[in-house]
Amino acid sequence: MRVHVRFFAGLRERLGIAGREIEVPAGTPVAQLWSLLVPGEPLPENVLMACNMEYVEPGRIVEDGDEIAFFPPVTGGCR
Amino acid sequence: MTVRILDTAFDPWSVLGQYRPASAADGQFGATAVFVGSMRDFNEGDAVASMFLEHYPGMTENYLQKIIDEAMRRWTLTDCLIVHRVGELSPGQPIVLVAVWSAHRKAAFDASRYLMEELKSKAPFWKKEQLENSSRWVEHNTSG
Repeated sequence: MRVHVRFFAGLRERLGIAGREIEVPAGTPVAQLWSLLVPGEPLPENVLMACNMEYVEPGRIVEDGDEIAFFPPVTGGCR
Repeated sequence: MTVRILDTAFDPWSVLGQYRPASAADGQFGATAVFVGSMRDFNEGDAVASMFLEHYPGMTENYLQKIIDEAMRRWTLTDCLIVHRVGELSPGQPIVLVAVWSAHRKAAFDASRYLMEELKSKAPFWKKEQLENSSRWVEHNTSG
């Protein structure tokens, strides 16, 4: 099945990837997409993950057509 | 209950002047709490010339709507409004406006504080600061 993976902000710039379609077997957890897309790059401890625009845990199993996002800690509002 | 993401400068006071809260008949609310956050020209000891605010279109709006829904559940509120900037900002420009209408001040104060803290800790926005000769992504928010 196919999922769409997106990276935001500092992660997108560092990895040089904004978005990618990827073919994965059934039962793939969200966190595993990271190692499939950026092999050799350790998953940052503070990275946040979303599935279809909702926060999810790394172990969430992806489904066909999901939009998955990886992004750094958020820094909105005023400081 | 309104969420707005704007990619150009806005004046929070004129937004508030034009906004008609839900059930805005006179006498419906006795308290309005307003918070406005603006861009500073310094951070971590460095002068900041400008800033770029990135968001996740769709998820950001959903998340802000979700925390408004939660605030409406926790407190008795008449209405909530969140306006947040994205794109290029200059020092002094407003970044965020949170306004809460309620019958009584405690609910308005508490709910506006809740919305601001939830927004800062979980809503998908990212700041990139432009310094004199370099730029950097802000790594974490201040605690208060």
